[in-house]
Amino acid sequence: MLRRHALMGLAGAALAFGFCGSALAEDTVKIGLILPMTGPSASTGREIEAAVKLYMQQNGDKVAGKKIEVITRDDTGQADITKRLAQELVVNDKVAVIAGFGLTPLALAAGPIATQAKVPAVIMAAGTSMIVDQSPFFVRTSFTLPQNTTPMAEWAAKNGIKKVVTLVSDYGPGIDAEKAFKDKFTADGGQVLDSLRAPLRNPEFAPFLQKAKDLKPDALFLFVPSGFGASLMKQVSERQFKEAGIQVIGTGDVLDDEQLNGMGDVVLGMITSMNYSAAHDSPENKKYVADFEKANPNMRPNFMSVGGYDGIGLIYKALEKTGGDTTGTKLLDAMKGLSWTSPRGPISIDPDTRDIVQNVYIRKAEKKDGQIYNIEFATIPNVKDPLHGKK
Amino acid sequence: MLTILFDGIAYGLLLFILAVGLSITLGLMNFINLAHGAFAMAGGYITVVMVNRLGLSFFWSLPAAFIITAALGAFLERTLYVRLYDKSHLDQVLFSLGLIFMSVAAVDYFMGANQQIVNLPPSLDGRLQLFGASIGYYRLFVIILCSLLTIALQLVLTKTRFGSQLRASVDDQRVARGLGIDVSRIFALTFAMGSGLAGLGGALATPFFNIDPTFPLKYMIYFLIVIAVGGTTTIIGPFFSALLLGVADIAGKYYVPAIGGFIIYTIMVAVLIFRPQGLFGRVTSR
Repeated sequence: MLRRHALMGLAGAALAFGFCGSALAEDTVKIGLILPMTGPSASTGREIEAAVKLYMQQNGDKVAGKKIEVITRDDTGQADITKRLAQELVVNDKVAVIAGFGLTPLALAAGPIATQAKVPAVIMAAGTSMIVDQSPFFVRTSFTLPQNTTPMAEWAAKNGIKKVVTLVSDYGPGIDAEKAFKDKFTADGGQVLDSLRAPLRNPEFAPFLQKAKDLKPDALFLFVPSGFGASLMKQVSERQFKEAGIQVIGTGDVLDDEQLNGMGDVVLGMITSMNYSAAHDSPENKKYVADFEKANPNMRPNFMSVGGYDGIGLIYKALEKTGGDTTGTKLLDAMKGLSWTSPRGPISIDPDTRDIVQNVYIRKAEKKDGQIYNIEFATIPNVKDPLHGKK
Repeated sequence: MLTILFDGIAYGLLLFILAVGLSITLGLMNFINLAHGAFAMAGGYITVVMVNRLGLSFFWSLPAAFIITAALGAFLERTLYVRLYDKSHLDQVLFSLGLIFMSVAAVDYFMGANQQIVNLPPSLDGRLQLFGASIGYYRLFVIILCSLLTIALQLVLTKTRFGSQLRASVDDQRVARGLGIDVSRIFALTFAMGSGLAGLGGALATPFFNIDPTFPLKYMIYFLIVIAVGGTTTIIGPFFSALLLGVADIAGKYYVPAIGGFIIYTIMVAVLIFRPQGLFGRVTSR
């Protein structure tokens, strides 16, 4: 609370200074970070904010001779607020880039503003495939649901799983996941017995899970967004799928690193596919996790954090390329095609779709040093969003 | 089939325990307390703190949730609610809505906005095969506990001196006072009991659904449906309506998942068309 007030005060002060002398403003590049810092998706916002701060701490706040200033605003996870904040940041604070967007509807709300103002909008979290089509100024550093789901379907079909029931949250990304899984899995000769959709704000999964169990599939495929996985997994364990010989699989959203330890032993053995695990074995990631946990005790970086880390990284790299020029279209062009090694592995921005291209890993939830991690055991390199790949 | 029925009953009974306090304050004391869910949330967070932070047993957290929330209820009743008994219903609604927002913000500040997870004690974690149905121990535990509470509650309201004093105070405060009944004490006790039950319900619900600061808003609609369908003049009404809604909700989501989420609302609309006073409500002239 205090911190947010301080930030707002800072923003106000910066505004006042902006009127006094334009010389000061030209040496500063402002980035508007719009995140759900309170409300049900607050964990997403906190992870991303922490990662952005960490990046700036590691790399300094100067790029191409300009000082970077990040203005964080809380949209509480509501699209109308996101839109208003985006407008304020662009018009009043004259930010060069807007970034953040914890959920699909929030990103969509900011799209028209990015287009009209010709300000690049870096999506650090939202995962519905079609968002990047909604504005030519969207660039994504998180992931798309089909991108993470298709490798899961491929793995399942190759590993003796023939019949699957899918259970997803009934909203954009959930339906994306359901469709991507079904398309790939049936194409590879598998059979989807039933596709169940639970309401997003659904506390009681019992009937859906019982139905899935009664259909006797080889595997149950799950997707719920980050933050909802714990309650789902608790009820999955209560239904005893493991004992009934049903393998539980899903996207890594369900086994979000941030909550994973609290979920307990019930998740052990679950197979998921995702673009990032805190247990990813690379020197970049070891440093990232160590620095992150040092700066934020009791917090483990999750796939949301890495989206924020690479998002601010993308902005830094684009500014370096333009030599500090903050014209929206120039920044956007600089972002297209950039590639580098992130804590999650090699990534690049597809110049055609402005979407991220990255490795997807198949992981198994296991105990390591007394803590639960998603341990990667297979890699599918350079996955593009499959829905866009088709076009 | 039996499993579905069983899950539905457990869900329904949980809804009943959560909502019965509201039924008492609304039906018996004629006070609209939308902040009821805030007390349930308090119970849930008491469990979180006791089990996760202090490492105490889940079983101890249940009575603690009841007692602490009841005390909180009594305190707020004496300091705040008592001023609103003779105000209009609109004032009461606005006041209690305000309380909800304050409680949401307060919990967000102190406990964080993310979902809190409470894991079940091992003795309640598991399943039992019975008559071909597969039954979770915890759901069984909830059913037994809630049934006992319901019986106890009904006995207290109908058979004890306190129950008759309460009913007398509600029917006509002035006459009850004239007969030497300490009406304000009765109301405070009743309010505390209702809040305590909500707290206990919240504590019981936490291992199922986890808990986050939006709890009072998320569940307000369910409480109100239970009360609307069941009527507020008895506690048997909300009891059966909670059971009906719990079973219908679970069975609906199982058999017709596509429209499962709407069944609970369809039932409410149907009941209210034919019996606007609720399934078990008496038509009152008040």
